[in-house]
Amino acid sequence: MAQIKFDEERCKGCEVCTSVCPKKLLKMADRFNSKGYKPAEITDQTQCIGCAFCAKMCPDNVIEVYK
Amino acid sequence: MEKIFGRPEALQDRVLSYCPGCTHGIIHRLVAEVIDELKVREKTIAVAPVGCAVTAYNFFNCDCQQAAHGRAPAVATAIKRVLPDRVVFTYQGDGDLASIGTAEIIHAANRGEQFTVIFVNNAIYGMTGGQMAPTTLPGQKTTTSPYGRDVKTAGYPIKMTEMLNTLEAPLFLARVSVHDPKNVNKAKEAIKKAFEAQIQGKGFAMVEVLSTCSTNWGMTPVEALKWLENNMIPQFPLGIVRDQEGGAR
Repeated sequence: MAQIKFDEERCKGCEVCTSVCPKKLLKMADRFNSKGYKPAEITDQTQCIGCAFCAKMCPDNVIEVYK
Repeated sequence: MEKIFGRPEALQDRVLSYCPGCTHGIIHRLVAEVIDELKVREKTIAVAPVGCAVTAYNFFNCDCQQAAHGRAPAVATAIKRVLPDRVVFTYQGDGDLASIGTAEIIHAANRGEQFTVIFVNNAIYGMTGGQMAPTTLPGQKTTTSPYGRDVKTAGYPIKMTEMLNTLEAPLFLARVSVHDPKNVNKAKEAIKKAFEAQIQGKGFAMVEVLSTCSTNWGMTPVEALKWLENNMIPQFPLGIVRDQEGGAR
């Protein structure tokens, strides 16, 4: 099982991570971070395969992947 | 649980100044990962350009020097000749390298200077507000080509990598893209080869990285990645253009 962690305050809400997740597990949250962006979040952590596609495509180093 | 992916040590723990979704962030991280993997961070000197990456010295966790517009290859030449045991790289955009800095990059490549060039090509001037660049695609709308680039008056996009491939001296020339995870992995491989060429003292290496500018292209970051794939890659074909170890291709 894998786990991904978001540094929400760094997220600029570009949505690139949501477009590359092969399991379609990522979405933008309904809340805002302090910069006024809606940060990305994972819908079902248990389904994550730890491929790190989201983290590799994130321009802002928001995502850490654990396995 | 073990951390398998995170911010590399060669990148500072700072929020990048780039727009949301700007692939500069990905390219910064790839360069930093390569520096970490080659264990050369403490002897690396980056030369920052003028453009959106002008403050790259705030982001790379190594020594940095910022150069006048387009002059990064000249500055890097001096640094490398004075301090030949250091790993020197320039990080330049297309407005910097392919326009005002054309002379500097061509002559540095022609002399076979022993440094690495990361050339970020997004087919537009980003920082100054989306003007037409030498790399702008035919028909592409920018603030200075509002009806699209007219090749009759503005010419065709300059292919810097192919142009440098006409010279004898360069050792490694490649064009990569970062529009999807597979290409991000390939881009990292090419950047690593370019740094290894320098560390082994073999010669000049440049990696052209196709990049997006969603703000000035007028689209979302996800749309911009698709636009890059569909429009830029046909114009700027990907691949290793020259790898002298494996013979020129």
